[in-house]
Amino acid sequence: MNIKFMAMRKIVAMFSMALVLISLGSLAVKGLKFGLDFTGGSLIEVQYSVAPQLDDVRTLLADGDYSDVTVQNFGSSTDVVVRMGNAYTPTLGDEVLSTLRNNGDVDVELMRSEYVGGQVGEELREQGGLGMLLALVIVMVYVAVRFQFKFSVASVVALAHDVIITLGIFSLFDFEFDLTVLAAILAVIGYSLNDTIVVCDRIRENFRIMRDTPPTELINDSINQTLDRTIITSMTTLFVLLVLFFYGGESIHNFSLALLIGVLIGTYSSIFVAANLLLAQNITREDLVPAPKEELEDDMP
Amino acid sequence: MLNKYPLWKYLLILLVIALGVIYALPNLYPDDPALQLSTQKSTTVVDQRTLATAEKALQDAGIELKEAEVTSAGGTLRFNSGEDQLAAKPVISAALGESYVVALNLVPTTPDWLSSIGAGPAKLGLDLRGGVHFLLEVDTPAALKQRLDVAASEMKNAMRTERIRYRSVEVSNNAVMSIRFLREADQQAALDVLEDQFPEYVYNTTDSGNEFFVDVSFTEAASAEVEAYALQQNLTTLRNRVNELGVAEPLVQRQGSNRIVVELPGVQDTAAAKRIIGATANLEFRLEAGLDANAGDVDTLTFRDGSGRTARLERDIIITGDSVSDASSSFDENGRPQVNISLDGKGGSQMARVTRTAVGRNMAVVFIEHKSRSRFVEGEDGKVTEVRRSYSERGIISLATIQTTLGNSFRITGLDSPRESSELALLLRAGALAAPIYFVEERTIGPSLGAENIRLGVLSAQIGLLVVMAFMLVYYKVFGLFANISLGLNIVLLMACMSLMSATLTLPGIAGIVLTMGMAVDANVLIFSRIREELKAGLPSQQAIHSGFNRAFTTILDANITTLLVAVILFAVGTGPVKGFAVTLSLGILTSMFTAIVVTRAQINLVYGGRKNKRLFI
Repeated sequence: MNIKFMAMRKIVAMFSMALVLISLGSLAVKGLKFGLDFTGGSLIEVQYSVAPQLDDVRTLLADGDYSDVTVQNFGSSTDVVVRMGNAYTPTLGDEVLSTLRNNGDVDVELMRSEYVGGQVGEELREQGGLGMLLALVIVMVYVAVRFQFKFSVASVVALAHDVIITLGIFSLFDFEFDLTVLAAILAVIGYSLNDTIVVCDRIRENFRIMRDTPPTELINDSINQTLDRTIITSMTTLFVLLVLFFYGGESIHNFSLALLIGVLIGTYSSIFVAANLLLAQNITREDLVPAPKEELEDDMP
Repeated sequence: MLNKYPLWKYLLILLVIALGVIYALPNLYPDDPALQLSTQKSTTVVDQRTLATAEKALQDAGIELKEAEVTSAGGTLRFNSGEDQLAAKPVISAALGESYVVALNLVPTTPDWLSSIGAGPAKLGLDLRGGVHFLLEVDTPAALKQRLDVAASEMKNAMRTERIRYRSVEVSNNAVMSIRFLREADQQAALDVLEDQFPEYVYNTTDSGNEFFVDVSFTEAASAEVEAYALQQNLTTLRNRVNELGVAEPLVQRQGSNRIVVELPGVQDTAAAKRIIGATANLEFRLEAGLDANAGDVDTLTFRDGSGRTARLERDIIITGDSVSDASSSFDENGRPQVNISLDGKGGSQMARVTRTAVGRNMAVVFIEHKSRSRFVEGEDGKVTEVRRSYSERGIISLATIQTTLGNSFRITGLDSPRESSELALLLRAGALAAPIYFVEERTIGPSLGAENIRLGVLSAQIGLLVVMAFMLVYYKVFGLFANISLGLNIVLLMACMSLMSATLTLPGIAGIVLTMGMAVDANVLIFSRIREELKAGLPSQQAIHSGFNRAFTTILDANITTLLVAVILFAVGTGPVKGFAVTLSLGILTSMFTAIVVTRAQINLVYGGRKNKRLFI
């Protein structure tokens, strides 16, 4: 089996660029729908013994002294999440709970309540962004040392591509971006890098063995040789992620979603994007295999 | 011979696996819901008699007890279910009285032979166990202001002694004290005196033509010191308070320059916890002002009982709550709540000195609460920011005639409710906060959500494992079986490492383990597809195995080290549950490298090694 991946490189490049542009556009125009961790505010999750009418819950809370209340189901019809913009008071959670209980008429149990101050959220956003950049820089340095600079550019651009598209999808479809999603994105960087390194490793090896093959063909062969492994690892990872997505519970729903998207894109990018970028930088055998040393010839009598 | 490990290598692998199994084993024993009994005072101890009282009370209430034992930290009462545990808490508290602290806890059921070699289950995070997480910020500007307030009265004294006439002394909220003079000569004289006596401050002089000012502020080192002291003092106080709350395994930790994390696992009554942790109440004892007192030395305060009565009190404070060495709440002969107070040596003699000359006069107990009000202000750039203003509320609890010279133990009455008296006693025992604090983050996780999270986590781990194993078996046949055995051992080793490091397991942490399962087979996939390639290239099976492992090794190393680097960053950036994810991910990478490379190789060597060109089922 030998698929001519590099024959499609122009089309694929256009496709990737289109995705990145759409993502960046959406991020610029719509932005991300940040969760409580990043925006600050209050959230209360409760569980009813009997599924309530959300409108009734809203009416009940509208009578109270709360601002910007949103009421949503959370995973099941008996689980309800109430978010509000109220300034924090230590008793807010209990007040809301007793309002919802409606003088003990309704059986409601508090599952969790969260409050995050605005300043904390802002710091976390900064820290998260910095963490992501730091991860990219460290990866770049490591790959440059272990491989070569052109590989490091290729893998970092491929990673940025994965991150931007994953973020873009979150922005486009209004999926909530909370702290666990940030963790997922960093894990995607790790995963996708893992994939890319395997391909790059094979390309490096082949440059040493297959001396007369032109770079395009050589890279194509390398991708085909690792294709089996790329697909199998992606599949086992996707399997467990699907399990987490469906069985892991609502609180890591978006986390598994981000990983699912990221792993899919990461697999695509390690096949198409990284290799494509190597070619775009005119990678040659000399970049990897040191030129024969001159001193040896000097020693000749 | 190719593909043979020496015997010691097999033995070493077996040893590692055996250790892994032993240290992972405690995680299979579920924790018992329990009540932890302890005492705050040295005079009372938890012994067999205490346990007998408790057991009797439980018997009367019809609650079944699983086991009771005296431990080094107090006593432990184990129950069969969480409901029994919750029902038992008020019963035990009532039976043992106030001198014992009763706390909800989960106690491991690790068998003795395991705990004797240091094995124990992994710690569960708040999201799996339920509990409260607070992030508190210390109001350092308020701490600076409080310190300046104290300095202001000292400076006034110093200027009075030197007969320097000042008009007023004001301390602003941004920690600058401004002393106003009418004559430039006074300003200069004051500057000389103050600079000489109070060198830890920075002095600036300004004038507005007819008025002259000396502005006093902290030197950078002094303000840093005040802030550090405030944080340290608050940490100590919070620890005391949390201990008084009787929470098992609480966490009180500094975070950054001015924040404190408090985590209370298993706490049910979050409202009470918040009230006590955040309380900034203190007491002041003052004499009532005489009729001829100078108006400048008198404060008029209202009573806290809501009657609207007021009293004129002297500004001078005899002692504050900081001098209290012990306090307990009880009821007076009329059944009203009271707080019995013992003072430390210094406070006692101060109290005696003042009251000796004041028999027949009235003394007031003033209750102070430092509070902060937050307002949202829209700035010029349209950004809404939160502005906090701190203020103090003072109210008189009681005003009583001094009958005789007071020593170092007495009682105060006039409190609203038994709850107020017991909380006041607790706060006096635990000490006052050096600076106000406010909550910047709070997360409460109910116990049922915790149990649900565990159930979901375990379920997805089981399904995930099954799916991956089935797939590997179908795709790689016998070699798939080797990989599956390695994968199973990987999870055992991972759990053993988590338990040994007593790392905290969270829901994202479990997700990390599940993700590791998917990724851990990667190393084996890399090796196996190499072996297949080599076989296809016509290598005999032994050579194919050998070179498959060798050539895949650097790839695996590079790929895993980079992932590890990212996981470390994740650990540094993340908080709470996310940190748990980073921990399981990085440990999983390390253990999977061992199992996928070494353990899989050992199995293959055992089965195929050293024989001639056997057909490989791969």
